Amino acid sequence: MTNEDLKQKILTIVPSADFTDPVYEFLNVTILPADLRKLAEQLNSDPDLSFDYMFCLTGVDWVTHMMVVYHLYSTKNDHTVVMKVKIDDRGNPEVETLCDIWKTAEFHEREAYDLFGIKFLNHPDLRRIFLEDDWVGYPMRKDYVDEVNIVEL
Amino acid sequence: MEEVAQNIETQEYFINMGPQHPSTHGVLRLMLTLDGEIIKKVQPHLGYIHRSIEKMCEKDSYQQVVHLTDRMDYLGCHINNEAVCLTVEKGLELEVPDRVKVIRTIISELTRLSSHQLWWGVMGMDLGAITTFLYGFRDREMITDIFEETCGARLTMNYNVPGGLMFDIHPNFQNRTKQFLEHFKKKLPEYDKLLTGNVIFTERTKGIGYLSKEDAISYGVTGPSARASGFSCDVRKKNPYSAYDRVDFKEILFTEGDCFARYQARIAEMWESMKIIEQLIDNIPEGEYKAKTKAVIKLPPGEYYQRVETPRGELGVYIISDNKKNPYRVKFRSPGFSNLSALDKMARGFKIADLVAIMSTLDLVIPDIDR
Repeated sequence: MTNEDLKQKILTIVPSADFTDPVYEFLNVTILPADLRKLAEQLNSDPDLSFDYMFCLTGVDWVTHMMVVYHLYSTKNDHTVVMKVKIDDRGNPEVETLCDIWKTAEFHEREAYDLFGIKFLNHPDLRRIFLEDDWVGYPMRKDYVDEVNIVEL
Repeated sequence: MEEVAQNIETQEYFINMGPQHPSTHGVLRLMLTLDGEIIKKVQPHLGYIHRSIEKMCEKDSYQQVVHLTDRMDYLGCHINNEAVCLTVEKGLELEVPDRVKVIRTIISELTRLSSHQLWWGVMGMDLGAITTFLYGFRDREMITDIFEETCGARLTMNYNVPGGLMFDIHPNFQNRTKQFLEHFKKKLPEYDKLLTGNVIFTERTKGIGYLSKEDAISYGVTGPSARASGFSCDVRKKNPYSAYDRVDFKEILFTEGDCFARYQARIAEMWESMKIIEQLIDNIPEGEYKAKTKAVIKLPPGEYYQRVETPRGELGVYIISDNKKNPYRVKFRSPGFSNLSALDKMARGFKIADLVAIMSTLDLVIPDIDR
């Protein structure tokens, strides 16, 4: 599918999807957390789309809001889409898990939780993955201050 | 006998494998749930050498970011560096000279060869054959010497910079590379003689640690580990970068999905890597070894994603720029991290000794996982 076809198809699933992010290489679609499950399930199961390979999942702290970025690729149809979920509640960001659809999300979501503090609801095992369990704060947030472990040059 | 086994009440118990276990090749702790010797569940515990490289990148200039990446996958350092350079060049819309593309490809393939040699040696040792370790390191030494001459280091090497290379290749580079190929073409069949047909080895790898194609895709497993399950994911073929679009090589695919297939995939890849180097080594175009770049690199605002094929699989570099001299956010999608997530799926139902074989054929490098 071309990017334009993908855009039309996604708009039929989530009419409020936002395509204002410029296309650098892949098609970018921004949605709200409430639409995430619906869109993700359709992206994976619809035979025209069948995005079966999630090659990247990460969080981004935009200071005004949090964002989770999913890079999806279809091995059958050879097309790519970047799905972004904008979470307005930056203090306590919450979003549904996708690890039952793409199993690789289980580890990647734990990483985003560990470093950004994004809570993935219904995740089977949401614990910190790199840092110790009693670590305070989420280091990849832009306002994180650690005078002991981070050396400012 | 089976009847007796059924009637005995057994109890599940936990043991920790690592963080100082020799077969984890680094500081990785696996919490195993066992029933007797049978693995019921594997829970990896990571982070023993987490350095938060992504956080460090946010404070560094783009030239400095390059030098952090060879501390991730230290066996694929040139390819990691290349990944960042390609991303930055993509953002700058900079076309590097032809000479750079060809040299980068040769260096990348030499890196892949040296990584697979080390893997082969260590894998044999994991399964009880110390000879392979010595053979693997003997042949790897030649590549390390070539790298030392050209870029001055033997581990954590840096040669790629945004825009091209740090300096031109050493005058001996072509000759020594050709000597190495001649040497290694005779030695690689020896590798086959030692392990591939070895009964003890095949017994311990055939049918062990099965991963289906669907699971490989779902878990995001890439590299030779995934191609042994039939998942065609070679970035060099799918999204050619540098000079991969002008060389002739095969994507190695197997369908068995067990440890032996993963082993065969890597051995076959070594032949393909040598084929690539042979096609390019006499045809390095003349010209500049570096395109002109500004001393302070600022990427236009936007998002850039570049993937490359490291010896372990697909490395993705995701840079978000806000037009400053340092990136707003850098994410490294490291192959080892995703490959490790499939370990639980592969190891269930097998014995602890099989887990060692499975981990060996996944070719885990812990700094690449922890970042």
